[in-house]
Amino acid sequence: MMEPAGITASFRGTIGRFSLDAGFEAPARGITGLFGPSGCGKTTVLRCIAGLQRLHPGFCSVDGDVWQDDESFRLPHERPIGYVFQEASLFPHLSVMRNLLYGARGVDIARGEGEIRFDEVVELLGLATLLDRSPQNLSGGERQRVAIGRALLSQPKLLLMDEPLSALDRLTKDEVLPFLERLHEILALPVIYVSHDMAEVERLVDHLVLMEAGRVIASGPLTQLQSDPALPLMKARDAAVSLDAIVEHYDAAYGLASLSVAGGKFVVPAPPVAVGAPRRLRVFAGDVSLAREKPLQSTIVNVLPARILAVTAAGEYEITALLGLAAAGDGAKLLARVTRRSWELLELREGIDIYAQVKAVALVPGPDSSAG
Amino acid sequence: MGGLPADIWQPIRLTIELAAITTVLLLILGTPLAWWLARSRAWWKESVATVVALPLVLPPTVLGFYLLVALGPNGPGGWLAGLWGGRTLAFSFEGLVIGSVFYSMPFVVQPIRNAFEAIGDRPMEVAATLRASPMRAFWTVAVPLARPGFLTAAVVGFTHTVGEFGVVLMIGGNIPGQTKVLSVAIFDYVETSQWREANILAAGMVVFSFVVILAMTLIQKRAGRAGG
Repeated sequence: MMEPAGITASFRGTIGRFSLDAGFEAPARGITGLFGPSGCGKTTVLRCIAGLQRLHPGFCSVDGDVWQDDESFRLPHERPIGYVFQEASLFPHLSVMRNLLYGARGVDIARGEGEIRFDEVVELLGLATLLDRSPQNLSGGERQRVAIGRALLSQPKLLLMDEPLSALDRLTKDEVLPFLERLHEILALPVIYVSHDMAEVERLVDHLVLMEAGRVIASGPLTQLQSDPALPLMKARDAAVSLDAIVEHYDAAYGLASLSVAGGKFVVPAPPVAVGAPRRLRVFAGDVSLAREKPLQSTIVNVLPARILAVTAAGEYEITALLGLAAAGDGAKLLARVTRRSWELLELREGIDIYAQVKAVALVPGPDSSAG
Repeated sequence: MGGLPADIWQPIRLTIELAAITTVLLLILGTPLAWWLARSRAWWKESVATVVALPLVLPPTVLGFYLLVALGPNGPGGWLAGLWGGRTLAFSFEGLVIGSVFYSMPFVVQPIRNAFEAIGDRPMEVAATLRASPMRAFWTVAVPLARPGFLTAAVVGFTHTVGEFGVVLMIGGNIPGQTKVLSVAIFDYVETSQWREANILAAGMVVFSFVVILAMTLIQKRAGRAGG
C-alpha cells in the first residue's frame, strides 16, 4: 500500500482516566497547528508522534516513512524528529555550544545541501553571543531559542513544538515569536505546533487541527476552519480570519501598504514592505461592521463589497456573519460581529450583498511564502 | 616518647586497600542497580530496595553470621573458593571484600538512586529526541547530572567500609596482613592494654572522618552553587 505523502497520525488509548482517539493528516510543508483547550490531549498526540508515549493502536507516518503501525514501533531516538518542549530543558552541564551540537553528532554541520547548517541556525536565532555561556545564565527567551536551535541541528525531518512560548511572559513571547516566523519563512521543514493560544496560531499556522476532549473535531487550512460556522472558532469572542495577501503597492508618504486578497484589497499601515511579497493579514470579527449602502465619507479606509454567506449566533445579543468578498461572495472569507439589534434594523440576512467596513487589519509580521 | 610500632602500618594499608576495592566494586554494581531502582515501574522494586537497605538496621553480627555461612565451605563462597583450590572464603581478604560490599551497599545505592530520581524523565526524553541511544543518554546526560550523588556515594561507601567492625570480626577474624583491619586492630590493642597504639589509630580515625565529611560538604556546596 502506498502511504500518502505528508504526515498521517492516529492514536487511540487511555492514559489514566483520559481517553484519546485522535487522528489527522497534515501536509508535509508549513506549520500545522494542534489547537484546543488545555487538557484536550494535544501534548499527548505530540508525544505519541515523537514515540515518547506509546499507544495501541497507533499509526504514524511521515512522508511515506512509517514510524509506527500495528507491528512496528520506532523508539524516539530512531525517529528523525526535533522536539521543543514547553520548558527549554537545556542540559545544565553543557555549554550552549555543546547543547546545540548534542544532536548533531556524526553530521558535518559545516556544509551540505538542504541540511540545516550551524551558522545558519546561529544567525537565524541570534545565538552568536551565547555560544560559550552556560544555560544557567540565560534568560527564558534565550534558553528557548537555544532549545529550538538544538532541535533544528539534529537535522529533523519533522519539528514538533509543544507550546514553546507558553512558559514565557508576554514580553519574552514577543521576543521569540519573530524567530519562529523567520524559521517558517526560511526553512522548508514541516512543523507540528501545539498551542492553546489562538493569537499564536493566527500568526504562525497554515494548517489547523482542532482538538476537543481527546478527539479531533476538524482539520484543514487555517482560514477554512476559522470561517466554518459549525466550529467553535467562529463563535468565539476573539473570532478572526487570517488572509493570505500579496503586497501590491507601498505608499511611503503615508506609511501604508496596499495588499490584495481574493476578491478585495486592503490598505494597512505598515513598515516598508517589498511589492509582490506574500503577507498574512488578520481581521477580527469584532473589527468588521456591515452597511447596506456604501458609506460616502469615513475614516475607515477599508470598505469592501461582500455577500453574507452564513450566520451564527454569538451569545444572546450578537451575531457573527460569514462574508464572502466581492459582489458574488466568491472571494476571501471575512467574519463580522454585529449586535442583533443592528442586524434586525438593517434587515440583514443570508444571501444579500452588503459593504464590510473593516476598522482594523493587522499585518502579521511573518510572511507566508514557504507554505505552498 | 618512642616511635610508632612498625606493625601499626599494616592494618592501615590493609584498610585503605579494602575500602578502595570495595568502593570501586560498589560503584560498578551499585550504579545499574540504582538506575533500575530509580527508573523501573516494577511493583516489586521496593522489595529489592529494602533488601539492599537491610544492613542499615541489622546488627552487623546478624549480617556477619549469614555471610559467614554463605562464605563457608558449604556455601556459595566455599564453592567459589573451590575453583582455585581453596576451601572457604571466610577469614580471607576476598571474603572481607564480599562482606564489605553487602555491608556498604545501601550507602552507595541510595545517594545514586536519589540523584537519578532528581534528574527526572525530561533530560532523558530530550536526549532521545536528539537521537541519543539509551546508552549514550545514560553516559552523557544521566551520569554527569548525577555527579554529586556519585561523589557522596563514593565517599560514604569508602568511609563506611573503613569504619566497619562487627562484620569483619564475624567473617574475617584477626589475621595480620589479611583480615586485621583498623577497627579490629584498635580492639586488639585495647585487649592487650596497648593504649598508646590504640589511641594513635583511634585519633587518626577521628581526624580522617572529620576531614572527609568536611571536604565532602564543602565540595557539594560549591557544586550546588555552580549547578544552581
